[in-house]
Amino acid sequence: MSDYFGVFGLPRKLQVDGDALQRRFYELSRAHHPDFHHGADAARQAEALESSALVNRAYRALREPLARVEYLIALEEGRETREGDTAKPKAPMDLLEEMLEVQEALQEAKTSGLDEAARARLAKERERLRARQAAEEAALIALFPEWDRAVEAGGDRKPLLEKFKKGLATRAYLRTVIDDLSDALGEDQDTHVSHRRH
Amino acid sequence: MSRIVGIDLGTTNSLVAYVDQGIPKVIPDADGRVLLPSVVAWTADGVLVGETARRQLARNAARTVYSVKRLMGKGYEDVKDELRHLPFEVVPSAEVVKIKIGDREVTPPEVSAHVLRALKQRAEAFFGEAVERAVITVPAYFNDSQRQATKDAGRIAGLDVLRIVNEPTAASLAYGLQKLAQGIIAVYDLGGGTFDISILRVKDGIFEVLATNGNTHLGGDDFDRALVESLLADISRHHGVDLSRDAEALQELRMGGEAAKCRLSFDERTTLTIPFERFTYSREITRAEIEALAAPLVEATLGPCRLALKDAGLASEQVGEVVLVGGSTRMPLVRRRVRELFGKTPRSQLNPDEVVAMGAAVQAQILAGGITDMLLLDVTPLSLGIETLGGIVSVLIPRNTTIPTMAKEYFTTSVDGQTAVDMHVVQGERELAKDNRSLARFDLAGIEPMPAGMPKIEVTFLIDANGILQVQAKELRTGKAASIEVKPTYGLTEAQVERMVEDSFAYAEADVNARLLIETQTEADTVINHVERALRQAGALASAEERTRIDGALAALREVRAGTNRDSIRECTVALNQATAPLADRMMEAAIKQAVTSKRADQLLEKT
Repeated sequence: MSDYFGVFGLPRKLQVDGDALQRRFYELSRAHHPDFHHGADAARQAEALESSALVNRAYRALREPLARVEYLIALEEGRETREGDTAKPKAPMDLLEEMLEVQEALQEAKTSGLDEAARARLAKERERLRARQAAEEAALIALFPEWDRAVEAGGDRKPLLEKFKKGLATRAYLRTVIDDLSDALGEDQDTHVSHRRH
Repeated sequence: MSRIVGIDLGTTNSLVAYVDQGIPKVIPDADGRVLLPSVVAWTADGVLVGETARRQLARNAARTVYSVKRLMGKGYEDVKDELRHLPFEVVPSAEVVKIKIGDREVTPPEVSAHVLRALKQRAEAFFGEAVERAVITVPAYFNDSQRQATKDAGRIAGLDVLRIVNEPTAASLAYGLQKLAQGIIAVYDLGGGTFDISILRVKDGIFEVLATNGNTHLGGDDFDRALVESLLADISRHHGVDLSRDAEALQELRMGGEAAKCRLSFDERTTLTIPFERFTYSREITRAEIEALAAPLVEATLGPCRLALKDAGLASEQVGEVVLVGGSTRMPLVRRRVRELFGKTPRSQLNPDEVVAMGAAVQAQILAGGITDMLLLDVTPLSLGIETLGGIVSVLIPRNTTIPTMAKEYFTTSVDGQTAVDMHVVQGERELAKDNRSLARFDLAGIEPMPAGMPKIEVTFLIDANGILQVQAKELRTGKAASIEVKPTYGLTEAQVERMVEDSFAYAEADVNARLLIETQTEADTVINHVERALRQAGALASAEERTRIDGALAALREVRAGTNRDSIRECTVALNQATAPLADRMMEAAIKQAVTSKRADQLLEKT
């Protein structure tokens, strides 16, 4: 079985043309979707089901830049991957220390309730973290051309891979804290999805 | 190959459609009606389905089942809170819902099978040939058990269900086929019992669902219940009567209220008149009143809309078109709120009652190979996961994943020589398994005895294009397929469905003419019953001459009703209806006059 990049006939590069990917996804769907093999024998139908499931998963793994990096890491490390599953390296130390303050503030808010000033403070903190998360993401994406050049040149990609992992870990950690802040602020209750991975 | 029809199996009404030279069309019955009320009644003469069953509902409330879609794929625990609203009896049981009709018990798929069979027969009469294959629609937010229950219903009705398709996406196919919608579209589908919102990208003939959300327990039925509650309170205030335990009166109120609700989508005010045994209840209802009752329910649809947008990664202004589906979207309040949320006027060029069936017919045509340039890529509405240690859910397939899709998971043993492993599959968005929908428990058996941790069992979870889960398991060291025993939590087992399929042959072979006769007789009974009550209540309003005419027509109908001549029963029913029409009009006028007078009195009181 080829990997998800292979499904789309792509090399393991990170810069992907989203429109072209979508067009290719539609073409592959037309070729493999079980709806178009309804009259075929059972074996062909089962095959269509499997290949169509593969195409769908491949598209989902590649269409978003950050999901793409997550998948790439798993692929490069030869791990079985499941969507949403990221490697779980430790969050960077400096970040942990910094977040300790936020966690303390959160704890305090929980025990003594939130007055207007505390709410404003937490909301402001959340804004700051969101901006930081966006910056982390942009920095990760900015590394894509470097990765692609390394693939072309056949150079050592290990250091870059480590950078990606660190960036993703930071992002995952930030996301958790932002979610906790949203919880404390009593927002997004119903939009909150509880499959966070710490 | 026989043709494939598209079926909309609705909470309130069901329809069957097909594609005729590229155009989807709904199939009418012999009388030209396209909507088949999803009502099934058990009478002394046999099973009734549709309009006849609906019309005798109040008289035979304990043996008539309606809105059974809300019970599909459910357990007793899920539905016990709403049983007080239902006139029929649901038996407490640990597993699938069972409805008690006299001395027999039926499951929701069996009830739905009666509706499907009636549609199948309608299509067969229309085409003059056997119809054995169908595409059936379900709410997009239906879980695995509810989808499976719908598929089972099809099988029991003698239909090969080629595809379960989501209602909002079916609607988008009907719009798309006629090039009425392109780009990013939102389908807002509020039916009799369920609500769905689906966001799609329609491009180059591909209908790609980006996200879906909804509530399988929110619809017109809930508006009707709110209205009935308010009417009961009003009756108790003005007539000093508590009708809340009178099954027949409750059904009269529900149906009268529903009709009034529908009229208020077009009129600002309407008069509701219900002749009860001892008095006639009549009052005016305004649109503002019904909107006040419906407002919280309409509000409850907006949260899922926002969630779907969020999951699709879109802001509401990025949605190019909003399409309305389902009878409840005729309410001006719904249209207003949808317009406010999406910032654009929603469209409904295609009949909101018929568009889903039309879309199902389009999907049927795609499967038949008759349409090759359109393809639907739908999603699974709920995350699928397995229970792990501590009751935590590990998600295997996140919600809004395009289907078909698959995930693999690996299991091993924890004790030496262990030969079986069990797993619990759930659907939902909560962190703990117990807060999600339990789908099934799987027993993986036949593992070769090995030291603990040695076996590596690969389990493949595959969600097919119907949104239904299939599970396969393989032990990788030996390469042997592990056997899986599935215990559906709220579904029928294979053996149960088989038995129901066999039982149903009796119905399938029942003479169509016999069924038509029963329907005609039941209709005669309904009319006789109404006339007798009218005479008891307002016989004084009839002149002597008129009374003689009515009595004559009544006696004539009673006489032919005892026989089997369908045409004469029909003729005499019509004659009796005509004979009583002037009296009925006068009764109505009198009731309205009374209502208006009492209203004036109310207003006077308010002013003082």
